[in-house]
Amino acid sequence: MLLIPCPFCGPRDENEFRYGGQAGVACPERKTSDAEWAAYLFVRDNPKGWFRERWFHAHGCRTWFTVERHTLTQEIR
Amino acid sequence: MTHPDFLWRDPDPRPSYDVVIVGGGGHGLATAYYLARNHGLTNVAVLEKGWLAGGNMARNTTIIRSNYLWDESAAIYEHSLKLWEGLSAELDYDLQFSQRGVLNLAHSLGDVREGRRRVEANRLNGVDAEWLDADEVKKFCPLVNVSARARYPVLGATLQRRGGIAKHDHVAWALARRADAYGIDLVQGCEVTGFEISGGRVTAVRTSRGRIAAGTVALAAAGHTSVLAELAGFRLPLQSHPLQALVSELLEPVLDCVVMSNAVHVYVSQAHKGELVMGAGIDAYNSYGQRGGVHVIEAQMAAALELFPVFSRVRVLRTWAGIVDVSPDASPIIGRTPVENLFVNAGWGTGGFKATPGAGWVYADTIAHGRPHPLAEPFALDRFTTGALIDEHGAAAVAH
Repeated sequence: MLLIPCPFCGPRDENEFRYGGQAGVACPERKTSDAEWAAYLFVRDNPKGWFRERWFHAHGCRTWFTVERHTLTQEIR
Repeated sequence: MTHPDFLWRDPDPRPSYDVVIVGGGGHGLATAYYLARNHGLTNVAVLEKGWLAGGNMARNTTIIRSNYLWDESAAIYEHSLKLWEGLSAELDYDLQFSQRGVLNLAHSLGDVREGRRRVEANRLNGVDAEWLDADEVKKFCPLVNVSARARYPVLGATLQRRGGIAKHDHVAWALARRADAYGIDLVQGCEVTGFEISGGRVTAVRTSRGRIAAGTVALAAAGHTSVLAELAGFRLPLQSHPLQALVSELLEPVLDCVVMSNAVHVYVSQAHKGELVMGAGIDAYNSYGQRGGVHVIEAQMAAALELFPVFSRVRVLRTWAGIVDVSPDASPIIGRTPVENLFVNAGWGTGGFKATPGAGWVYADTIAHGRPHPLAEPFALDRFTTGALIDEHGAAAVAH
């Protein structure tokens, strides 16, 4: 089980959080191709290594925040 | 005592093959087997970074069924189930394929409506399906707690009698033996580290055991497909998650069917040897770690005890996770990629094992002819651009 550092409440058990997937995915401009729009909707990075991702402290302060986690070792930095 | 004969050779890779399959799990082996059997292609290598069938093939819960909702899914999974029904005889190997029936329980009015709808959809697609009310569930599987006082009472279930389980290791060994007999090289300890692409076509794979030229490259690497795609320079709509399962200590035969529940979230069967095999949902986060959170196992066991109070004193023997590649519509991706003659078979999420022969069949046909097999066509990568998604979240049995 992960120990996730909430910036407001401090390190808390994974059970208290909801996962939000990749961080920093920007919405494309209004004029965009179908392929670009599909990539925005459906394609995310899926690295074996460090990954910037969103977590939501659902059972705490209800804050969204970003952490960097290693997807093989589960280390968080 | 002498060691029994090995079922397949352990060859070094040759410098070049007509087809290189990346991934020596169930899908890779089935694809190799059908390439030879159906299309006469035997200048083929299956590259496996670890040992054969040591990834998800060794980590699944072995359930086989074809009662999916949409026409496209029913067609491909039913094709697979029909192949399962003849596979032990065809491969001359006892796969311990046991059509003991699969129950999908309903715990709410919404579940009941979804289940009944799915039964009708299945029947229209020629897939056997029945609706059972709570009393009939009790009659079919006396161990299930159908008390109205349960926290999530059982209101009914869908039943596919032709569904069941098979012995996963036997499936891999049988396919490997036959592929090997056709002269296909099953190369273990051979990790793909890159692709040589020129003019938009793949010409070779670079591996931990040297360069291997390839006429066609076919990915069949389940949870690691994104890693390979990145090496080949494109992205796929896949996310890799741990999917956990566990087995109990050995018991006398007590459970003679498969019981699945989406709502309380567990699926249970009893292996031939006697362990109760239980699966959970996927862990929420991306991971390649092949282990997940304890809280997922806790929730899974709580669900199992809700359904089977009689298991309350059964001890857990071991837990594990496989890494599943989940697509946005919970359906697989089969066919072409942005790189010419580089094909993909991925995104099976939690449903890969039951699809083993069917996926191998359509993938081999796709590779042999350089165009999608009709059953694979709806599962092309471009559906995420056209919007023709095959949304199987409801019938995929595991919440993604």
